[in-house]
Amino acid sequence: MRDDILFELQGEKAKAYLAKGKRIDGRSLMEYRPISIIPNFSKNADGSCRVKVGETDVIAGIKMEIGAPYPDSPNEGSISVGAEFTPMASPIFETGPPDEYSIELARVVDRCIRESKTLDFKQLLIEEATKAWIVNIDVYVVNDGGNLFDASSLAALGALIVAKIPKIEGDKIVKNEYSGKLELSCMPLLTTFFKIGNTIFADATISEEKAADARISVGSTENRQICAMQKGLAGKFTQQEIERCFEMTFEKADELRSTLKDALAAES
Amino acid sequence: MEKSVYERPDGRKIDELRKIKIVPSVLTRADGSAYIEWGQNKAIVGVFGPREALPQHIQNPTKALVNYVYRMATFSVPERKSAKPGRREIEISKVSGEALESAIFVERFANATIDIYAYLFDSNAGTRCAALTAASVALADAGIPMRDLVPACAVGRANGQLIVDPCKEEEDAEDAVDMPMAILPRNKEVVLLQMDGLLSLEEWKKAFHLGLNGCMQVYEIQKKAIKEKYESIEKEDKKAIEALNEEMECLESEGQNSAEGDYVEG
Repeated sequence: MRDDILFELQGEKAKAYLAKGKRIDGRSLMEYRPISIIPNFSKNADGSCRVKVGETDVIAGIKMEIGAPYPDSPNEGSISVGAEFTPMASPIFETGPPDEYSIELARVVDRCIRESKTLDFKQLLIEEATKAWIVNIDVYVVNDGGNLFDASSLAALGALIVAKIPKIEGDKIVKNEYSGKLELSCMPLLTTFFKIGNTIFADATISEEKAADARISVGSTENRQICAMQKGLAGKFTQQEIERCFEMTFEKADELRSTLKDALAAES
Repeated sequence: MEKSVYERPDGRKIDELRKIKIVPSVLTRADGSAYIEWGQNKAIVGVFGPREALPQHIQNPTKALVNYVYRMATFSVPERKSAKPGRREIEISKVSGEALESAIFVERFANATIDIYAYLFDSNAGTRCAALTAASVALADAGIPMRDLVPACAVGRANGQLIVDPCKEEEDAEDAVDMPMAILPRNKEVVLLQMDGLLSLEEWKKAFHLGLNGCMQVYEIQKKAIKEKYESIEKEDKKAIEALNEEMECLESEGQNSAEGDYVEG
């Protein structure tokens, strides 16, 4: 792809800059691109949020469905995260069933929310062993400008925060009526760091991603807990590097959380 | 007569469209794109191409393929939709692609494909028309040569009254008729036409006229959206040129000073 060759060339340039501790777009190593957040993007969703990080553009939406609890946890509901790389997001994405990239993205976003225990799955129970809420979170990547993990995690959390629980009568959901909001005990977010040579930096663009040797996503909460991790690509990290990423994670995720809070406050 | 007492749920006149907003160039990685809000409907369309059609056996040596993909997000409808495309989405993709093909100069791009992806993120009746309307703006944004834009609009009937651009509530009426259509406005040729419901020939003629009228209103909104984009580019260009001129003047005056200095040194 014509597009790809361009990004690879830019990637070479990015590599040369990063070796000197600089970035091609003039940002500092741990600086995020400008972020814009639109909560409640879709009225038909029970909760939704559109997030732009630089050129990256993702839309997350929630639909609550009534399902049966898993046999091994009869008094709990659950969540289900899906991710779709829409083919308009990049010239190399194609239509078709989810590929390994979108499945990885969905699973890491899922892990960050699930393992932080921000959602009490017991709260999602409607009737023991037979009925519980399944919180379906679907993330659509509309424009891939790099760092999809952080943008998707931010959009998913934004959608969860504004999500409402539909009202039920008997076995059925009453349209357009809600019985309350989802209760969240914390705000888990992913922050992803990339490594080129010996330089580690946050919020990679496409060209930086193309040139990256390794990637690590760390999910964390405002209580300085780590709730999910995923190392990616063929490169490697030392223990010291990983521990340095943790410190950066807490700092950067706090920044993202306050950006999200501001957007939510502006909305209401 | 019933006609005069019929009131639309959202208070519109019978020939009045819902509010439409179109913004071209919203995606950076697609060759062309557009965002549309049509009432509650929200869609983003990305266009790629003309690019090589792959695998090779799908190529047509006489014209470009037009590959239109219409999809609805799982959360865009009242009841969650499966992430897998359904029969409805596949049918709409087919007829919408064919509608656009009649506008595009496909014969200029042998063995190529023009891919158009339209995703709905919120909906309330008339999504195929909203998506198609945005798609032709996205094609124009991609610089793909076309005979005309393709505005789309639905006409329908609810409670005995013919109406333009029915909303969900009207679509669910007992005697509902839904007729989405799209045209090439220059010659008023029909490039998309579907209908379900029962109509007399008399009613159809009236409905068609109403639809034509709706499409022409949509056409004006499409043209305005594209014009506004170029006007804003023109404004930015002017600013950039002014800034450059100022910089040049500064450099020139500095240059004179340093030139004098050089002269003394030399």
